[in-house]
Amino acid sequence: MPLRRGGTLVLHCTAPHQGSGRGLRTGDGVDIGTMIRRGLDRLLGRGEGRADSRTVYVGHGAWSPAQPFTPPRYCDNRIVSSKYTLWNFLPKNLFEQFRRIANFYFLIIFLVQVIVDTPTSPVTSGLPLFFVITVTAIKQGFEDWLRHKADNEVNKYPVTVLDGGRSTRKESEKIRVGDVVEVLEDETFPCDLVLLQSSRDDGTCYVTTASLDGESNHKTHYTVPDIETDLLLLNATLECEQPQPDLYKFVGRMYIRREGQEPAVRSLGPENLLLKGATLKNTSKISGVAVYTGMETKMALNYQGKSQKRSVVEKSINCFLVVYLCILLSKALVCTTLKYVWQRQPGQDEPWYNQKTQKEKDTDLYLKMFTDFLSFMVLFNFIIPVSMYVTVEMQKFLGSSFITWDRDFYDPQIQEGALVNTSDLNEELGQVEHVFTDKTGTLTQNNMEFIECCIDGFQYKYGNCASELDGFCVEDGPVNKLQRKAGREREELFLRALCLCHTVQVKEPGPGLGPVDQVDAARAVEERGFIASSPDEVALVKGAMRFGFSFLGLDCMKMKIQNRNKEIEEYDLLHVLNFDPVRRRMSVIVKSEAGETLLFCKGADVSIFPRVREEEVMRIRTHVERNATEGYRTLCVAYKKLSTEAFAQADASLREARLALQDREEKLLNIYDQLETGMNLIGATAVEDRLQEEATVTMEALQNAGMKVWVLTGDKMETAKSTCYACRLFQRRTELLELTVRTLEAGGQKCEGRLHELLLDYHRRAVQDAPPAKGGVSRSWSSAVQDYGFIIDGATLSLLLKPPSSRYTSLFLEICQNCAAVLCCRMAPLQKAQIVRLVKNTKGSPITLSVGDGANDVSMILEAHVGIGIKGNEGRQAVRNSDYAVPKLKHLRKLLLGHGHLYYVRIAQLVQYFFYKNLCFILPQFLYQFFCGYSQQPLYDAAYLMMYNICFTSMPILAYSLFEQHICIEILMDNAILYREVARNASLRWGPFLHWTALGIYQGLLFFFGVHCLFRNPALQDNGQVYGNWSFGTIVFTVMVFTVTLKLALDTRHWTWINHLVIWGSLAFYVFFSFFWGGIIWPFLKQQRLYFVFANLLSSVSAWLVIILLILLSLLPEVLLVVLRKPRASHIQQLKMRSSARKHRDFLSNTGVI
Amino acid sequence: MMASGYSAKEEDGHLPGASGAAGSGVAKSKKPDNTAFKQQRLPAWQPILTAGTVLPAFFVIGLIFIPIGIGLYVTSNNIKEFEIDYTGADMSSPCFNCSQSSSWNSTWPCRCSIAFTLDQPFESNVFMYYGLSNFYQNHRRYVKSRDDSQLNGDKSSLKNPSKECEPYRTSDNKPIAPCGAIANSLFNDTLELFYIDPNGTRTQIPLMKKGIAWWTDKHVKFRNPGGTNLNLSTVFQGTAKPVNWHKSVYELDADLENNGFINEDFIVWMRTAALPTFRKLYRIIQKKSNMTPTLPRGNYTLDITYNYPVLSFEGRKRMILSTISWMGGKNPFLGLAYITVGSVCFFLGVVLLIIHHKYGNRNNSADIPN
Repeated sequence: MPLRRGGTLVLHCTAPHQGSGRGLRTGDGVDIGTMIRRGLDRLLGRGEGRADSRTVYVGHGAWSPAQPFTPPRYCDNRIVSSKYTLWNFLPKNLFEQFRRIANFYFLIIFLVQVIVDTPTSPVTSGLPLFFVITVTAIKQGFEDWLRHKADNEVNKYPVTVLDGGRSTRKESEKIRVGDVVEVLEDETFPCDLVLLQSSRDDGTCYVTTASLDGESNHKTHYTVPDIETDLLLLNATLECEQPQPDLYKFVGRMYIRREGQEPAVRSLGPENLLLKGATLKNTSKISGVAVYTGMETKMALNYQGKSQKRSVVEKSINCFLVVYLCILLSKALVCTTLKYVWQRQPGQDEPWYNQKTQKEKDTDLYLKMFTDFLSFMVLFNFIIPVSMYVTVEMQKFLGSSFITWDRDFYDPQIQEGALVNTSDLNEELGQVEHVFTDKTGTLTQNNMEFIECCIDGFQYKYGNCASELDGFCVEDGPVNKLQRKAGREREELFLRALCLCHTVQVKEPGPGLGPVDQVDAARAVEERGFIASSPDEVALVKGAMRFGFSFLGLDCMKMKIQNRNKEIEEYDLLHVLNFDPVRRRMSVIVKSEAGETLLFCKGADVSIFPRVREEEVMRIRTHVERNATEGYRTLCVAYKKLSTEAFAQADASLREARLALQDREEKLLNIYDQLETGMNLIGATAVEDRLQEEATVTMEALQNAGMKVWVLTGDKMETAKSTCYACRLFQRRTELLELTVRTLEAGGQKCEGRLHELLLDYHRRAVQDAPPAKGGVSRSWSSAVQDYGFIIDGATLSLLLKPPSSRYTSLFLEICQNCAAVLCCRMAPLQKAQIVRLVKNTKGSPITLSVGDGANDVSMILEAHVGIGIKGNEGRQAVRNSDYAVPKLKHLRKLLLGHGHLYYVRIAQLVQYFFYKNLCFILPQFLYQFFCGYSQQPLYDAAYLMMYNICFTSMPILAYSLFEQHICIEILMDNAILYREVARNASLRWGPFLHWTALGIYQGLLFFFGVHCLFRNPALQDNGQVYGNWSFGTIVFTVMVFTVTLKLALDTRHWTWINHLVIWGSLAFYVFFSFFWGGIIWPFLKQQRLYFVFANLLSSVSAWLVIILLILLSLLPEVLLVVLRKPRASHIQQLKMRSSARKHRDFLSNTGVI
Repeated sequence: MMASGYSAKEEDGHLPGASGAAGSGVAKSKKPDNTAFKQQRLPAWQPILTAGTVLPAFFVIGLIFIPIGIGLYVTSNNIKEFEIDYTGADMSSPCFNCSQSSSWNSTWPCRCSIAFTLDQPFESNVFMYYGLSNFYQNHRRYVKSRDDSQLNGDKSSLKNPSKECEPYRTSDNKPIAPCGAIANSLFNDTLELFYIDPNGTRTQIPLMKKGIAWWTDKHVKFRNPGGTNLNLSTVFQGTAKPVNWHKSVYELDADLENNGFINEDFIVWMRTAALPTFRKLYRIIQKKSNMTPTLPRGNYTLDITYNYPVLSFEGRKRMILSTISWMGGKNPFLGLAYITVGSVCFFLGVVLLIIHHKYGNRNNSADIPN
């Protein structure tokens, strides 16, 4: 049983391909549907029986001949994780897609174009939209097909069902509740089964739940006791609770009916339940009765879709979109108004040369105004780029593979690299302001090593001389570093306690290993290794082994240990009082060969000390505290002898409690509590949890990058604090502000009053007296400022969050904002999430990032903007629920400072550039309306309108947004300060947006009026021939394509061959396309508008000259700006030099600058 | 405990889970490739724009642009252009009567002539343009009112013109050829130029009507239906002339190579102008010999057959005589723009030089330790 974590945690388990919660899946619509259905059920009086429990007839046998048997209807064993079927794919997928506001907008534009007589043909907006929709639909369809395949694999899997005496092969999906199912070794359970029979003699079976919660150890499950060996004769019903997602809870009761007897009642618990998705191990065959099937299995209920996390960039895009929508609307409005003003002049509306059709004449004036407005909207609608969404998606999708491909994230130990679960958040990695990190397994390795122990106040350390004193050959007992030592009897008791009080399993021998002889048993066991859900249990068992006591394994409820004299001792394992995070301790009750009944208990000091004698505590407390400050994890070990009567009583009440259907947990806890009192403290252990590689450097880098690091841990304050010191989160000069139960109690007042008092005091010190922060970013630059560290514990936090104090939370947050690091210890998983939510929702909604490796971090990983999972040794929970997973904490540095920074810069440029290029695309078209009688005449040809965003200008920016490194990764990583340059969405705020918009407007004006001036005399060729309106548009368009592309080229700081190819390639493509498009009379076109326009254009020197002039002139301000922003450029250059200097150490010493 | 974790989240992104798991499967099996592309280590050129690098460019641009600008400006100034408004909106204008009386229905062609004097001789070829003002050839309704396949000689389109031509698509239930508003409003004033010798004799100046339209328009885009059939009147049988035309399309010119859809005046008109004030090439006056200027200094009269009404929409008509250079017609804009931009660049170059000098020194001093 896990010592520190696990326990009663609700784990969010997902088996990626297999399960899904139907209700959760389809979102609002279905949820409402189920709600209505439930409501109906209630109204009709149905489903009342469903409310609390379900009755299962094992093997569908009738409970009693007298009672009419109506098989209750449960859902079948089909798992549906797919979203669509062949029939509803099209409508459903289209509906889903058009729920996106952008797609809907383009659909509306398209429909307007179809219905109203608009300047551009519906094709111009229909084709891109169709393209986008089709690509998305194909992608989603393919993914759904994969899910269908995975579902089918699960659903069609053949299983053996005992049906009326015969065993029949069935497809897994046909299993009904009540079927008796046979499962062979290494098969997965097809549904949730109650174990009836196992091929093992002891009525157990081993199961691994790796695919459910990632714990790879073998768990033991038990058959229902006293069941007929022939399942055909079994006549039983089973009553159990309704399906619920908690993997570790199951309450049920089995009524076994035998001829002429009262039905025997057996209680069922989670140890009897085999979960769908788990795999049978080391047991050749089991039989079980299906209790939950299909979507009601715990696995399916636990399926939790990834939350749709949206990045700040997306919010910025939406903001800008609104601005552009306003621009669009006002443009259309201005044009419509001016059109009608202009038309009121005589002869303008309908001159003799340009008569209206009869239909137009008959149209109502207001309707005409409205359609005119719509037409203008359509004409200018390109200002909102449909292709931006496609490009952004592609950038994110392709870009995230660079994270997966990064070799720096590859860890040879676990042979894995980084994992990207969602590509939507790449840029968010560059925006992190608060880092919430778990301690164990994240900051520390969670690779426990037994360091020392303390028996009766004497310290024992496993020292350097270990080699010669290895194992059992030490007759004198462990080396005693101190002068004195405890009595041998106490030592052995302590070591036995370590050997017995755990839930560690010995790995089953592989098939290749022969029988092990007794002498080598211990060594063999050690070679095979131990499996436990918590590494410190293994550390303790191994530690005991080094002192001569080896745990050999558990066999038929007998624990075998080998003592120092190489004798095998056997203990009957009577009860295991499981670990849970509330009690923070676990116990076992064993019976020794001598017949003594002993209770061994180990747990956190706070949970043990009140339960043992005071004078024993005195002896050990100092050791425990010293160990804690050294950063070790300490556990206290206590024991108690149980008299036969006491045990009998305890045994009875335990069994009774386990049978209870209601409040079983509480009852058990009560009994545990009663049992674990009046114990004798034997000693304490200290286990070291070493820091992760480069944890210190990483934390330092994060802090330099302006991130606030919060450590959230379930550990005790001292241990956590020492880790913080070790990681340099706290430094020697850091002033610690402590807000824990201890400080609250110290005042001797009421806790709440004291809490408020302390908060106000800390606030004064850390916030009010602190020098005013400059924008919150540059604050911790100088070391002269006093650093503060804040410590709070779980109990205080919950006090703080409770209503009477909740107004102080803002105070608390303000203090935390001004602290270099915050340590929250003694946190329950939910509290971790609470803290994250609290910070997330403060003013300015800072971007939060959670790092964790264990199941208890899942909640905070899900809660934070970005969740990072560490692929540690605590299962795959965190990884599976994270957005990104890396093997080690040290990878965080590159992930944030390198990739995050770059992705942010890239996507910010992408977004700004897209808006910019569409603004200067549409502005000339808008201006042209003033010269064409507001008639919605497009300036550019339809082909250009359509291809501008798709072909001519999309590839360079995509390449940019994938390959740009305005500063190369090494420099970014070495100079964490650079991260602050993009902090708080720096490139997507209104300032840069206005800059880009101004640039777009400037260039748009320049393009149009430049060419307009030229066209005052349209005779531009040396043969005196004149140019028309399409030439005008084409010149503007050519200038624009070149300018916009070259503008990007100017911004590109990292020219790979791909950039070269794409930038010059798309310009060449534009030229080629223009020749091609104008070189042929296209039979499918109604008008050959561009026939030879481009070629003719290039035959004119003036056109060339004006194109060159306008391109240069429109880029001039940008070049100037880049040059005048020189201090920054030189800054980068300097940094470059610095980094190169750093490589050559000899330079470094001479450099006073650095 | 963590129920809030999964009740609160809306499900949508099941895909990342699925694909992620698949990805992890791949990742498990192998270490990421050590290619420059995947490791983002592609060799790259990393230019940094500084005053130092930009500076020469500014000077070069300045040095190139200013001469070009001066060249353009001089060229533009050397182009001789003469413009005369013959709308007749003024009482004093000889064409006043015509402008008042003319309408599409008048059967009598109204003639008027305007005398003018050229102060300078026009050397080389002279191009004669007509100019219209406030005429919205770029109005959307107007621009689209044509049928290019009809104009390309497509027989079916000839008999059944495109809907875009409405309301100039049919007349008396016969399809109009060429259909549409553009064709219908073909400019049909006739301009003739006479030189008045100092001794008083009028000599008509020969005006060439070939070579005024784009070569590709004349030879590819515009085709008469019936291909080699030279008898255009039979080809166009069953079609009506545009409402406002006085003659049918096959009567535009006696020259077969310039008749029907391939009439160059017609083709020029069909290329819609970009702006409401525009000029179109009307005739070319070829240079006769090297000795005499094409249009010597002196008095001329412009004889106008006044058909085209423009006063109803406040329009103006002009006749423009212009010589042409390598850069086209007279337009001082380009020259001025080039001179301005060139000087600005040069000036900026100087400013940057100063800045560079200052910063550069500082940079250098900072660089020395390295």
